Amino acid sequence: MTSRPVNPDRRSFIRGTAIAAVTTAGSALAGRAASAEQPPQVPARNNLIDIDFRLNGERVHRGVDPRRTLLDQLREGEGLTGTKPGCRHGQCGACTVHVDGEPRLACLTLAVQVDGSQVTTIEGLADVAMHGGYATDDALHPLQAEFVEHDAFQCGYCTPGQIMSGSAILQEGHAGSDAEIRELMSGNLCRCAAYPNITAAVAAARKSIAGDSGQGSSEQTEASL
Amino acid sequence: MNPYTYVRANSADMAIDEVAESHDKNSTSGQGAMFYAGGTTMLDLMKLGVVKPSRIIDITRIEDKPLHGISIDGDRLSLGSLVTMHEAAYHEKLRELAPVLSDTLLLAASLQLRHMATLGGNVLQRTRCPYFRDPSWPRCNKRDPGSGCDMIGGANRLAAVLGTSEDCIAMYPGDWAQALIAFDAEVDITGPGGKRTLAFDELHREPGDTPHIETTLRPGEIITRFHVPLTAALKRSTYVKARDRESYAFANASAAVGLELDGDTVTDVRIAIGGVATKPWRAREAEAALKGKVLDEKSARVAGEAAFAAARTFEHNAFKTTLGPNVIVQALLTLQRQEG
Repeated sequence: MTSRPVNPDRRSFIRGTAIAAVTTAGSALAGRAASAEQPPQVPARNNLIDIDFRLNGERVHRGVDPRRTLLDQLREGEGLTGTKPGCRHGQCGACTVHVDGEPRLACLTLAVQVDGSQVTTIEGLADVAMHGGYATDDALHPLQAEFVEHDAFQCGYCTPGQIMSGSAILQEGHAGSDAEIRELMSGNLCRCAAYPNITAAVAAARKSIAGDSGQGSSEQTEASL
Repeated sequence: MNPYTYVRANSADMAIDEVAESHDKNSTSGQGAMFYAGGTTMLDLMKLGVVKPSRIIDITRIEDKPLHGISIDGDRLSLGSLVTMHEAAYHEKLRELAPVLSDTLLLAASLQLRHMATLGGNVLQRTRCPYFRDPSWPRCNKRDPGSGCDMIGGANRLAAVLGTSEDCIAMYPGDWAQALIAFDAEVDITGPGGKRTLAFDELHREPGDTPHIETTLRPGEIITRFHVPLTAALKRSTYVKARDRESYAFANASAAVGLELDGDTVTDVRIAIGGVATKPWRAREAEAALKGKVLDEKSARVAGEAAFAAARTFEHNAFKTTLGPNVIVQALLTLQRQEG
């Protein structure tokens, strides 16, 4: 009996099917039998720019088309799909990541521009808190824990971007009142309207980070990873 | 997106040489070599197919000192063109000596955009006119000179009411530029022809019959530094921005205002208005109506109305001649209440 994966997620199923199709097509053109190890035949491209950067603590070296956005590089080049495409035009904030500790929109950042930089995505945020000594007992960034505690998401699509903006705001120290939090977070849209709970989560995280003696500057921490 | 080559400049001279070189070359992809900083306007318009450079020159790594940092030089506040909106907005000297310069940045864009965008790029941002931004609308004199204007007679709620022409009514959406024009800023520029300094109010052009030419910058020129004279009115200044949302939207009408009072008598007043004009707009008629007068709600309203006396409204934006003066009045009276 052939084994099949239990509950394949959509993404790996589509990727598997696409690779199989491309591999088969490539091999057919080359007149050879398909082999599981043979990579898809991709025409050689010039005009790739070499970039070297740190991604969630790891050094990465890539050759990228200068048109490639950081968003597409993260999702398709690196397989880090936590960063979401919402509008692709800098209007919704769903693609927010940290570059050198600063919150930026990956959809309006060219991949070539992060050469020499430190990039942190939602997947790497907990590690930043761990290294900074302020992670929660179950190894989350305090803001992630507060998002769960305060039910700060419904569909979850805007959530990584919300957390990346919120964590940056907490580190920058300008979020005093709830009104200030709402203003600073206003670059992240939420169609489910979880705004009141998002605001509460950020306010709660501010208290829990301020009260934690192990708190360090996450910007410094990200740079040292 | 059309293919382009990417070059990183480490000096202003290198960047200028790259652009000047390709200026005269025939470029099939449209627009030759263009400077590229934060990319928040450029990449947006490149994705839309409105801007199609054959070559982009990344200027964010330029090390030349004038383009970086904020300083007090004698009686002026000076800001490098590569300084980010974030760095400037929270700079202690701006909060202390020039609140409007900080307010206009904080109210301009989101947290993320403020971290990415540079001051030089910010003043050069393009209109949000939906017909300009969508090439499927064939008639746009700014995008395609001579093709016509679909905004006139179209969905023109966002259009300007001041500085318009028969060829273009697109609104200049920037906020920081209003503070610069109100307070007589100057701009240092460098380019193939060398260095020069310009009054900020000479940088942008009204559309006239050439709406595709938005500034007086010559090909290959880069803004390097901004200078704003320190005055009492700059110290007592604010920005009021009325928009469809409470935050994170362009202005329907806004006012950058500064005031110097002797008791309740106006000794200096600066007013520039956003969301309503085709370029950054100094409201000199409003200032003239107030100078030497006692400031109260009545005189503030006279000034507000004076700013819009020459306005030409369109089918969907007539509200701007009511909202605009209201914003000016609010800004003036807020400043009056602010300090003793």
